[in-house]
Amino acid sequence: MNPLKMTEDDLQAYVDDALTAARRGEVEAWLAGHPEDAERVAAYRAQKLALKALFDPVLEEPLPDHWSALTVQPLNATVEGKKWPKFKFPVLQRLAAGVLVATLGGIGGWLAHDRYPGGQTMARLVPLPQQAAVAHVVYSPDARRPVEVTADQEEALVKWLSKRLGTPVKPPKLGGLGYELVGGRLLPGNSGPVAQFMYQDASGQRMTLYVTTENAGKPETGFRFAREGEINVFYWVEGKFGYALSAGIAKGELAKVATAVYDQLDGK
Amino acid sequence: MDSRTILAELPRLRRYARAMLGDRAAADDLVQDTLERAWSRFAQWRPGSDLRAWLFGIMHNLRVDQLRRGALSTLSLDEEADDVPTRATQTDRLEMMDIEAALRQLPDEQREVLLLVALEEMSYAEVAAALGIPAGTVMSRLARGRERLRVIMAGRQSSPNLRVVR
Repeated sequence: MNPLKMTEDDLQAYVDDALTAARRGEVEAWLAGHPEDAERVAAYRAQKLALKALFDPVLEEPLPDHWSALTVQPLNATVEGKKWPKFKFPVLQRLAAGVLVATLGGIGGWLAHDRYPGGQTMARLVPLPQQAAVAHVVYSPDARRPVEVTADQEEALVKWLSKRLGTPVKPPKLGGLGYELVGGRLLPGNSGPVAQFMYQDASGQRMTLYVTTENAGKPETGFRFAREGEINVFYWVEGKFGYALSAGIAKGELAKVATAVYDQLDGK
Repeated sequence: MDSRTILAELPRLRRYARAMLGDRAAADDLVQDTLERAWSRFAQWRPGSDLRAWLFGIMHNLRVDQLRRGALSTLSLDEEADDVPTRATQTDRLEMMDIEAALRQLPDEQREVLLLVALEEMSYAEVAAALGIPAGTVMSRLARGRERLRVIMAGRQSSPNLRVVR
């Protein structure tokens, strides 16, 4: 009925009265010919009203007395600010030292395995989330050389890792969630090479995506969660790939990123 | 940043925290922590910039941090799901409870955007700035959150017209 192009953003902005009068008129005309969308928009408007009705009374509640003290700059404001990094770093270092031992054990085991092919696997097969968490803790605190190939050579990185893993791999784009690619590296897994992509947000928080092809033949899994020390890990197996996303951040936040990673890789 | 301007923001921060968390005490604690952190980051505050957006941004980051600490004990992905908030009787109580319960079922990221738009009446650009995400992400989370809320509500009324989410 109406030749005008209407986007979902227009409809949302219509709900929020964020359109110019002219555009609003166009949206209204369009909605007249699209009853399902009109119904949807009406439901969204009703949601807004219901939410306001539900929570606006909170505005009228008297504030707790002790809050008034919080509106004045505390004397120790600057001291407070300095506490943070001080307490955070040694914890990470201690942890890194601890798991470094574990990794060296793992690498040693892998080398041994390589040297005695066909024999009983000498190295205990390390579960995917644990491998990933250890790799995360070892490399992510590294200020100078967290990756082997940096993101500015992404094409070379993708080519190299794909070649070594024997199958195309590429890092998902997580900029929308605030995480930019730092780069990647090749690591030893239980029986062969695995790839690690590293990301970092504006605050310097790092996150790693561990990609292995050692899961060929294993049943696919949905999202699973593991916790290794300070590190939260979401991992899943899809096709021949095993993925593990690790970071020292809240589970909920990590889950969001993991979902985005999953969606992107799924779309491949 | 003076006492009066901060004081003026408190009821809004509180409303948003209550809507986000459901639980009154937890929400008030979050507001308090937000102010404490705001003062500890006082040096990062750029005079003349949007105080409200800054405070909401701090609250957002704080919540992310708190969830991280909370993760020490076991918690489910939607850890507020079991919160049963108490609230004064409303005229349309059933419907109110309904939307509140439905709101709890949204992922944090969608609830956050939806509430900043619905309650705070922030522009999309303000939401993007407060949460540190691109405007396009704001739009997609908003659209998904609203649609999800609608479908949940429709399901509760066991409407025969329930449509498949696009």
